[in-house]
Amino acid sequence: MPAAMIPAFRLTPLRCGLLLAAVAVAAFVWALASGPLTIPASHVLAGLFRPDALDPTERTVIHALRLPRALAAMLVGGGLAIAGCSFQAVLRNPLADPSFIGVSGGAAVAAAACLALLGSQAAGPLPAQALIGLAALLGGLASAALVLGIARVDGDPQPVTLLLAGLAVNAFAAGLLGLIAYAANDPTLRAITLWLFGSLGRAGWAELAIAAPLIIAAALQLWRDAPALNALLLGEAEAAHIGVDVAALKRRAIALGVVCTALAVAVAGVIGFIGLMVPHMLRMRLGPDHRALLPLSFLGGAALLGCADTVARLALQPTEVPVGIVCALLGAPFFLALLLRWRRSPDLA
Amino acid sequence: MLETCDLGHARHGHDLLAAVSQRFAPGRLHAVIGPNGAGKSTLLRLLAREWPATHGQVRLDKRPLTDWPAAELARRRALLPQQHGLAFAFSATEVVALGRLHARRRTPPAERAIVAAALDSAGAAHLAARRYPELSGGERARVQLARVLAQIWDEAEGPRYLLLDEPTAHLDLTFQHACLRLARAWAARGVGVIAVLHDPNLVLAYADEVSVLRGGRLFAHGEPRTILDPALMREVYGLATQRIDGSDGQRWLAVARD
Repeated sequence: MPAAMIPAFRLTPLRCGLLLAAVAVAAFVWALASGPLTIPASHVLAGLFRPDALDPTERTVIHALRLPRALAAMLVGGGLAIAGCSFQAVLRNPLADPSFIGVSGGAAVAAAACLALLGSQAAGPLPAQALIGLAALLGGLASAALVLGIARVDGDPQPVTLLLAGLAVNAFAAGLLGLIAYAANDPTLRAITLWLFGSLGRAGWAELAIAAPLIIAAALQLWRDAPALNALLLGEAEAAHIGVDVAALKRRAIALGVVCTALAVAVAGVIGFIGLMVPHMLRMRLGPDHRALLPLSFLGGAALLGCADTVARLALQPTEVPVGIVCALLGAPFFLALLLRWRRSPDLA
Repeated sequence: MLETCDLGHARHGHDLLAAVSQRFAPGRLHAVIGPNGAGKSTLLRLLAREWPATHGQVRLDKRPLTDWPAAELARRRALLPQQHGLAFAFSATEVVALGRLHARRRTPPAERAIVAAALDSAGAAHLAARRYPELSGGERARVQLARVLAQIWDEAEGPRYLLLDEPTAHLDLTFQHACLRLARAWAARGVGVIAVLHDPNLVLAYADEVSVLRGGRLFAHGEPRTILDPALMREVYGLATQRIDGSDGQRWLAVARD
């Protein structure tokens, strides 16, 4: 059928949001229903609102295992996507993603070191999950500060220097991670390796309780800054003329992006591609207005990682594939196919 | 009133602008001319607070520019830059709406009406739905002009200022004159317009007063017809020119061939 005969469907931000929300809900129900023990979707829906409607096994499986993991998958996916979107806006570079300025590398090294040193013991009053989150946060902030500091000339980060400094910091981080893995004993090694490829296997209620409030607060604050981020796309001087405090906005947006990324890394390890792919796909269809782009990126990342994690759990039962591998294997070809279709889009000029 | 007091700006130990004391009255079209590197854009950037003064100061309503909150300043003055780089695919309407970031809030229909009116007065109404990166250089310049007008569209607590850095650079002949007529209309409504221009004939035709910069210093200032003459053109530009008086009272400076 020729394209002209298909009735025109204009994808507005609202329609896109409804579509993504529907996918996210479906992914959520799918994640709760599937696994070694298949639970009918009707039970899942009933059990969410009335836990005593389920038999004890189903209740345990849903409430102790699948529910926190499904929520963590969506939180991490949303956090990575919105972080990617904010880095792309602040650096005005469509290549930027959470690994671009070394954030995920730095966060991963710090969190892995913490994991290797502690195992899973608590240190003093803090549970291990909080320490790993804190370490990831500090590691992410430190590498972002390092990369941005090196790339700064006359107060402005230079795009090429930024890219090179980010690559160097990531390579260094990969070396450190290798060293930690090399020195670690067997169970820790397995934990670190699994986590390097990205896995939600460790995500439980404790991880969620630490990461969820911070990621959601950071995402909401980024959304509040959407009009100023739009103005920033005109150029830093122009944004300042319109009345944006550019230096403060850049600091805030980068710090909030680092918070989202580092906590996502602390929960699920390094999952690439979502932060680059989701905002790009949305921008190509809907344009660059961050008032729509930021929340839709969050929804899109949540829907995508929600689906990908269930695929990761089901693909090679009884073991599971790290979800980072699923994202790369499914995401990259899909993204390339989209690029092929939309390569004339002005956003890619 | 926007005024500078012994204003100077040095970069890397080199004076880009020095010792400029000048008042820019509202309601007048004030032209700034001078050879390349004379400090015209530097002056505009200092007036807009894009760059800090390294010597002296700029005052708006007797209050140093550095003391103004960003949002309040944004309602009082807007700057049209020379370059119009924007790689992201906003529509022309969206670009103009960006200028309204700190404007006093109105209802969405009223906002849309202002954006449309700004596009219309910049001669860009027909570009409203086009994507910015697909526009030609001259079309982009008109959309950016509309954005700057939208920024200071509303009456403010004091006189507004429109700073134009080579507004005619990318425009065809018709729109060069349309742009300066628009600047005159805004000046007639009490807005202070300060425009960097290159063509002395545009200055003679449209400006109320002119500042001539040379080597980062104010060389001359006054009414265009009294100071723009062959002697000044030779002194500042090293060019031989001939003065031509039209029968309608219009005056031109024609550059001699040798």
